[in-house]
Amino acid sequence: MRPIRVLVAKPGLDGHDRGAKVVAAALRDAGMEVIYTGLHQTPEMIATAAIQEDVDVVGLSILSGAHMTLIPRVLDLLRADGRDDILVTGGGIIPREDMDALEARGTGRLFGPGTPTSELVDYIHDWFEARESQTA
Amino acid sequence: MTTAEMLELDRLREEVAQWRARFDAAKKRNALFANSGDVVDPVYTALDIAGDGSALELPGEYPFTRGIHATGYRGKLWTMRQFAGFGTAPETNARYKYLLSHGQTGLSVAFDFPTLMGYDSDHPRSEGEVGKCGVAISSLADMETLFEGIPLDKVSTSMTINGPAVILFAFYVAAAEKQGVDIKELRGTIQNDILKEYMAQHAWVYPIEPALRLIVDNFAWSAEHVPLWNTISISGYHIREAGATAAQELAFTLADGFTYVERGLARGLDVDDFAPRLSFFWDIHNDFFEEIAKLRAARRIWARHLKERFGAKDPRSLIMRFHSQTAGVTLTAQQPMNNVVRVAYQAMAAVLGGTQSLHTNSMDETLALPTEQAVQVALRTQQVLAYETGVPNVADPLGGSYYVEALTDKLEQEAEALFEQIAEVGGVVHGLETGWLQRKIAESSSRQQWEIEQHRRTIVGVNEFVTEEGELTIPLLKVSEAAEREQRARMAQMRASRDNGLVESRLTALREASRTDTNLMPFILDCARAYCTLYEIRAAMEEVFGAYREPVFF
Repeated sequence: MRPIRVLVAKPGLDGHDRGAKVVAAALRDAGMEVIYTGLHQTPEMIATAAIQEDVDVVGLSILSGAHMTLIPRVLDLLRADGRDDILVTGGGIIPREDMDALEARGTGRLFGPGTPTSELVDYIHDWFEARESQTA
Repeated sequence: MTTAEMLELDRLREEVAQWRARFDAAKKRNALFANSGDVVDPVYTALDIAGDGSALELPGEYPFTRGIHATGYRGKLWTMRQFAGFGTAPETNARYKYLLSHGQTGLSVAFDFPTLMGYDSDHPRSEGEVGKCGVAISSLADMETLFEGIPLDKVSTSMTINGPAVILFAFYVAAAEKQGVDIKELRGTIQNDILKEYMAQHAWVYPIEPALRLIVDNFAWSAEHVPLWNTISISGYHIREAGATAAQELAFTLADGFTYVERGLARGLDVDDFAPRLSFFWDIHNDFFEEIAKLRAARRIWARHLKERFGAKDPRSLIMRFHSQTAGVTLTAQQPMNNVVRVAYQAMAAVLGGTQSLHTNSMDETLALPTEQAVQVALRTQQVLAYETGVPNVADPLGGSYYVEALTDKLEQEAEALFEQIAEVGGVVHGLETGWLQRKIAESSSRQQWEIEQHRRTIVGVNEFVTEEGELTIPLLKVSEAAEREQRARMAQMRASRDNGLVESRLTALREASRTDTNLMPFILDCARAYCTLYEIRAAMEEVFGAYREPVFF
């Protein structure tokens, strides 16, 4: 099976990249091809990068409280481009009820602080296998 | 050392060797007995500090290992300073009045991300972020509202702002002028530590060199006009939160401090004219004794370098005054009530380490901004420490402890070794440009994550002692979406009511001055007085200075 391609992205103005970098390194160590955007990205920059880099997964890390604005915008931009096959997942400081609302809006699972990186790796692997078996 | 003393040490060495044999033979738990850097010994004795009498000076004496005041906390308790801010200026103004009425003794402003990055609340990049992680302040008008009814000559105010720090400081000075306060009376701190932004926190605006110029401009201007103001808070907090070890936090922060001193000297300032206003800010993490030792080592290193390397003569240049905050990164989303206990231990370490002011985190901060109730528990934690435990009665009560003294010496040595490595990579500025410093921090962060995932390091409630049956829930603060709308409306009103001709001419004057070597503070202050907005002032200088681009890696 080809490696899973992941874009790890930091939307908005918050500069907390410890989690994003730890996750990016863990996904790479698990054999995925990982691109990291750097900080202070707009949803437009992230969606464009995801499409140009032809990734399977976008992982959004957001600790600023702006998740209800920025995450749906990334989803909408990808959909507008016909790329709803890309998984939009992520994590950060996001209250449970907001996670539920975002997942209902079409994101994949969102993860809170203290999540072991192995859980993310398993989740992405499982999602990818399910998607590939559907399209096969 | 006398012959008798040497014989005594020989006897001790023999006893310790016998003890070690018994220790090695005994059955022991399989756990990581380490602080953030290295494995620690199972016991410490006089052998670990033998030959080093330097730590045994009295409190208030050079090199200040044991504290900066001869009186310890008997002269003055630490300032209980809770960092707060959310939503709009009127909402935060109400929170400040609440905190002051509950016995808090200083204010500390948390700004929202747009403000931290120099964007106005009505800028397109601010959408969704206004008031979310702090208060939105886009002009003098917002700053006036923030401190409405709080006389600025009566409180000390700390402002956590870096990239656009001098602009927010100008708003504060202008707000004091509007209150009719003599600005010579202003007391407080702006964080204004741009080097650690590139290193760890990442709220930057300009490239490194023009950013350092603005900082030195402010050193020079403030020494003359606001002599009691701390012009910088050289911060280890964010470096540690980004994943550094205690020794890295200590060394990288002090190296930043030395860089600012060098830049001040290069401008032709006398070290004793600006060094007394340099202050520091440390993160207080979980390893109790390591944190205490870190604070003791920090004071000693700063005093020695300022005296021996930079030739400071004023005793106030040699003493390191600092704020501390308990480590946000140690808080867990799982079983959040446990955070109250973590914070209490960390607060005690800060006080045993001799902090001048302290912020205690609230239990709910991995989930949202803290509620009023959670903040009250955090403040009460400090009050219990101050008034019930007896801990502040004695200055540096752990001074002379074999372990704490040995750990203090070890952290000092590790910091000195890291200073040498930084010099080898060409100094702090070059180390940032190449990403060397950022990589060092990222490596430590990854190692700690690995230790947690391998169960080598225990995080209660996260990787051990996990509660399966449902998450314990606590009430969370919700910042209303109305804050952004209200703030945009306030901005529109302010833009319509100001003298826009004056705004243009002040911005032009600032832009032109930016092309020269003149001190920019008076120009920025003139812009603030004319109600130029944060982003307008930022952009005027950005046209000349350009914007910072980070080296991206993971």
